[in-house]
Order: sequence, then structure tokens, then C-alpha cells
Amino acid sequence: MSATLETRIGQPWKKPPFIKRPWLRWTLIIGGLLYFVVAMASMEVNWARVWQGLERGGQFVLAFTNPDFTSRATDIREGLIESAIMTVAATVVGIALSIPIALGAARNIAPLPVYLVCRGIVALSRALNEIIVAILLVAIFGFGPLAGFLTLAFASIGFLAKLLAEDIEDLDRSQAEAVKATGGSWLQWINYGVQPQVMPRLIGLSMYRLDINFRESAVLGLVGAGGIGATLNTAFDRYEFDTAAAILIIIIAVVMALEYLSGIIRARVQ
Amino acid sequence: MPQVIAGDGSRIWMLRDRKAQFTRWAAWLVGTIIFLWCWQRISEATEWFFVWDAPRIAADIGNRAMPPRWSYMDKLWAPLWDTLNIATLGTFFALIMAVPVAFLAARNTTPSALFIRPIALLIIVSTRSINSLIWALLLVAIIGPGIFAGMVAIAIRSVGFCAKLLYEAIEEIDAKQVEAIIATGASRWQVMAYGIVPQIMPAFAGIAVFRWDINIRESTVLGLVGAGGIGLQLKGSLDTLAWPQVTLILIVIFATVILSEWVSAKVRGAVI
Amino acid sequence: MLRLEGLTKVYPTGDKALTDVTLDIPDGEVVALIGPSGAGKSTLIRCINRLVQPSSGRAILDGTDITALGSGGLRRMRRRMGMIFQEYALVERLTVMENVLSGRLGYVGFWRSYFRKYPQSDVDEAYRLLDRVGLLEMVDKRADELSGGQRQRVGIARALIQDPALLLVDEPTASLDPKTSRQIMRLIRELCEERGLSAIINIHDVKLAQMFVQRVIGLTKGVVQFDGPPDALTEDVLTTIYGEEDWKETIRKVEGGADDEEEAA
Repeated sequence: MSATLETRIGQPWKKPPFIKRPWLRWTLIIGGLLYFVVAMASMEVNWARVWQGLERGGQFVLAFTNPDFTSRATDIREGLIESAIMTVAATVVGIALSIPIALGAARNIAPLPVYLVCRGIVALSRALNEIIVAILLVAIFGFGPLAGFLTLAFASIGFLAKLLAEDIEDLDRSQAEAVKATGGSWLQWINYGVQPQVMPRLIGLSMYRLDINFRESAVLGLVGAGGIGATLNTAFDRYEFDTAAAILIIIIAVVMALEYLSGIIRARVQ
Repeated sequence: MPQVIAGDGSRIWMLRDRKAQFTRWAAWLVGTIIFLWCWQRISEATEWFFVWDAPRIAADIGNRAMPPRWSYMDKLWAPLWDTLNIATLGTFFALIMAVPVAFLAARNTTPSALFIRPIALLIIVSTRSINSLIWALLLVAIIGPGIFAGMVAIAIRSVGFCAKLLYEAIEEIDAKQVEAIIATGASRWQVMAYGIVPQIMPAFAGIAVFRWDINIRESTVLGLVGAGGIGLQLKGSLDTLAWPQVTLILIVIFATVILSEWVSAKVRGAVI
Repeated sequence: MLRLEGLTKVYPTGDKALTDVTLDIPDGEVVALIGPSGAGKSTLIRCINRLVQPSSGRAILDGTDITALGSGGLRRMRRRMGMIFQEYALVERLTVMENVLSGRLGYVGFWRSYFRKYPQSDVDEAYRLLDRVGLLEMVDKRADELSGGQRQRVGIARALIQDPALLLVDEPTASLDPKTSRQIMRLIRELCEERGLSAIINIHDVKLAQMFVQRVIGLTKGVVQFDGPPDALTEDVLTTIYGEEDWKETIRKVEGGADDEEEAA
């Protein structure tokens, strides 16, 4: 023992590197730096334009101290109501549709073909950005909140069904099996063995999704799918920063209120 | 409603008492009415003629969109590279900004719970509440179109997201390890570097990869408002009704997203 | 020499954790602090290095009033007091060596510590201490790979590399099995003798305390109830400290009187 101590004394100590293989470590470090330089060079910042823009940016920041809620009050109100309507309807429909899909996408409940189909729906819904879906749906169904509603409902399915399915896959087998052992039907088994375990989580996720849907509804208007986004887009186009600031403040306030509310509800159900 | 009824028809056991049952029904009723009202408003604002016509239009678009114009791929590599850069650099700068914000927002590290913490929380909630597309819209108006605006938009949008997850991780650290470092006579910054940072590193890596994955998705559409990337090509193709190009772009976006999800899953597995 | 004068701690909730504790601990003396849970043992040792801020009273180490120090002075003073924790409180994700070297944080600047560029003398001392506690082979292992007893040894090395005058030891054996507990207590005792350190050891296990210390202090509800040599701990004394129970099996049988009682029973 002391022999090793003798050999160690006087030796410098270095923290063992996180990546043990030196060639891999240096490839990653040099590659990362190289990428950073190349990517930064590709930015092509027009500093003169940015400099000009800073003044406008300053105006925009100042607009937050003096937001204009009144001059476009009707537009703002209608946009907000439309956003709220789309949000609520899409969340309700999204939840309703995501429950059967989640059951189908949980490997411990569903047979393989059903599982694959449901997982496919979830993957598609998650991979397609809301805006792209909205563009396609606007092209098909025409302008208006219907396209927005369908977009949000479709996106909610991917989100809720995925998380819910993971939850169902994680659930306590013994509880679910105890119910199965009593000899109930499949539906009874879901109702008594599965539902009580995932219900709190479902409520929490639904609240969270309501919050996300409202935020998303604010951008769908940009592509003509209804909601407050159209009003916001107009305000930016006309450089009416005070109105834009007012809309953004309202969005932030609503999101904060929803988060607060969902915090309370989640605390109560869990 | 689960209940047990005796032979003479009287209830022996019921899941909820009468009052709770009434509240539940009332809540369901109100919820249904709200939903139906929402649906009615949507329906009013909808031109149903178009909707009934939708299958034909969809089929028409589908016909025109097939087959995808593969030769257009040559023009997509550069925007795809831009998209990757927007997402990666945006995530990088967002993380740099998110770290101090998170430390100011966490209850156990904030210098002042009364003044500084609310400011940090305000930064978090306001950057988080607003979609990156809106940030891009705003930045295009301010600093002009291009991928720089896109990158800044992604960075700002991600600050709140990353800072929120990070400050929650900071609040969950083991206080005893920190206490032990304080007890050695370490300075404030040393306590941070030895007591806190090692504990949140796994969370930090997870958050970074998670957000990068999301940002790849989001940066594919920033071009719609002029903030660079492959969305620019998408918008151009849509505006000129070049459906075969749209199909190809959608396929490319889909593939990119799947690929980024795979990469982030791999990296997360390797780091944690 | 450590001197506590009327040390009192009242928590904001109104709980009185310590009431007017006055003690002298000469250099080189190892003291066990016993008492029921919530008696204020943890609070007492944390008031000495001011991890907990005392409400009133003074703690004086080698002539310096710790309670009167500003933040810089306090940090320099904390270097003189090594602390050992119940759950080891190692930084789990750092290596054994980093954990030991973290005991030098009070002596090196931020950037040196950040880049792990400790002076060679510190590194050598860390090697010596790790050898002394029998963990030289574990230098580059991560702390969370070690067993409980090994972690506590790292914790001891971390406290000793501070070059302290005093050890504050908080329930060192509460998370360990009986055999490891004895080994750890013996190690602490031996190291205190080798280096002439005084130590205050919070401990639940009265028998274990009696085996390894020169002096026992009993604390109940923040008040010192007993202060004397380990052999003076009788059943009556334990009853005043802990309350009514059958204490025969808990204490070490040493003196004739105690033995006689044992036989009579």
C-alpha cells in the first residue's frame, strides 16, 4: 500500500476526462469548434440593417411601457375570442380522441397491429409542425377558425396520446391485474384497473395542453387559420408596435393565468 | 355511477354522496354547453360550402402534388444547412442566457427572492409564452429578414423554456452537498462550481438536447415569415402553387425531424 | 480551544433549539454530544461554523469570536473547522480526488479550483490522507460508486485536508452498519490523537460513544443536562437526558456498581 503511496506522491493529478478515448474526444472538440465557426460565418449579418433596426427595436420595447389596447379594441377582442374558442374546442376534441389512441398505443394493452397504427398516428402528428398542418388545412377547408381548430386538435392528439400511452405502459401491473383477476370484461378492466391510475396525469396533461393550444392559436392566424395571430400580424405589418405590444401582453397574461390555474388543478387532483 | 342496491331497491353503497354527484353533473353540463357554444361559433365562421367541397379539393391537391419533384432537392441543401444552423446556434445562445436566468430564478440560489427572482420569472414566462414564429415576425420587422433573425428568434424563445426546466432542477438539488462545500470555507462562486453545478449537469445536458430537437422542428417553418431556412422555400412554393415542390419539402422536413429525434435520443442516452 | 458562551438559537418559527449553552472544549479533547432527536445537537454544531446563524451568545475558537466575523473572516475561520456529515454529503458526481481536494477550496482561488489546478502540496496531502483512510486505489472513482463506509472515509479525508483545529462531526455512523460504524469511530478517534484535534461528535449510539470518547455531553431540548466522563453515564443520567426507559442494555458495563446491579437483576 505504502509503495503505491510512494509512487503517487509528487505526481500531478488530473481529472479523468469525460470522454475516455482521446481520438474521439479531440474529434468532438475540434469538430464542434469548426462547426461553430462555419455556422457563425454563414449567418451573414447585415450590421447596417441591424443598426437601423435597433431604433425600431427600441420603439418596440418602449411600446411595452405604453401599450395601445383601445384603437384596435374590436379586432383584438374578436381575435382573442376566436383564439379561445379554437383552443377550448380543440382541447376537448383532442382529449376525446387521444384516449382511445393512447390505449391503442400502449404496448401492454393493445394488440400489435392496433399498436402500430396508433403509434403511426402519434408519430405523424408530432413530426408535422402545427403551422404546416394549418397551411394544408387552410388550403383544403378555406380560411377561418375551422382549419385552426382541426390543426390544434390534431396536434393535441400526438402530444396527449404519446404521454398518456407512456403512462399506461408504466402503470402498476399488480393493481391492474387484481382487477383482471375478478373476471371483469375488458372495458371494466380499463375502467377500474387503468383509469384510476392515469386519471390525475390525464387531467394535468390536459391543462398543460390547453395552455400550449392557446399559445399556438396565436400563430395560426399568420397563415389564415383564425385567432389572434391575424390581428398581431396586421399590427406588425403596419408597424403599430403599441397595438402589437398590447396583444403580446394579453397573450402573456393569459398564459400566466392558465399556468397558475393548471398548477392549482394539478395540485388538487394529485 | 357505481352503486350497490339491496333487494328492496334501496341503495346500500354509492361511490359519491348526493351533493358531490350533483356538482359533477353540473360541471359536465357547463363543460358541454361551453364546448357546444364554441363549436357553434366555429361553425358560424366557416364557409360550409368549402368544407363539403374539401374532399374534392384535397384529392385535387393530392393529384397535383404527386409525384414530388425530386430534382428540386438540389436547391434544398443550402436552406437545410441554414435550418440546422438556426436551430443549433439558437439553442447554444439560449443556453448561455438561460443559465444565469435560472440561477436568479431558483429559490435556493437567487440573490434576492423579493426583487430579482420576480424579474427572472418574468423573463422566463414572457419569452416562453410567445411562439418562436411570432418572435421571428417581430425580429424580421426590426433587424430585417434572414437567418440571423431566425436564430435570434429561436434563441429568445428557448431562453424561458430552458431556464424554467433548469431552475426547477436547481431547486431539486441535494442541499447537504452544498452545505458540505460551504463548510469547507469555499467562496460563493466555488460553492456554485463544486456544490451545485455537478448536481445539475445531467439535467442541463438533457435540457439542451431536448430543446435542440424542438428547435429543429420550429426552425423548419421560420422561413414562412422571412427568417431563413427551408421554410423560405416552402413559402415560395406555396405562393406559386408549385405543389410537387411542396411535397418534396414536406418529405424533407419530415425526414429531418425524425433524424433529429433519433440523434437527440442517442445523445441523451450517451450523456445521462 | 473552543469556548461557547450562552449560545442560543431560536428559529423563526419560534422553536427554541438551543438555550444558553456554555462549554469549554480544550485542544485535543474528543467530545460526544448525545440526546434525543430534536434536542438541538445538529443545531449546536452548525451554530459553531455558522451554517446556522446563532440568535445570541458567542462561539470562540482560539481567541477569535466566530459569531462576530464578517463573511470573509468567516470563510477563513471555516477552514479551521472540518465537518463530517451523516449522509457523507459528498458531491456525488465528482471523483474521490475532487471531493477530497474540495476541502482545500478555502485556500485556493476560484479559477485554480475551477480548472482543478491545485498546488502539488495539496495533491500530495490528498494522496497521503486517502492512503491513511485506505482508499488510495479509489482516487479516480466517482463518489457515487463507493459504499457507505468508503464514502464516509472520503468525507473524513475532505475534513482533514482543511488542516483543521476542530472537527465537527454530525451523526457519522447513523447510515452505517455496526461494524463499519466502529471502524469509522475508531478512525476519527485515531486521527484526532495523531493530529491533536479536538472534536465534537453528535451521536445516537450511547454505547459507541462511550467506547471512543473522553467526555460526554447530554443535550435535552437545547439545554445541557449532563457533562462528564463516559463512565459517569448511569441509568439515572440517561433518564434525565432521554426520558423514562430501561437503559441497562444501552450503556457499557464498566464500574463495579453497575456490574453489581446487573447481577442483582
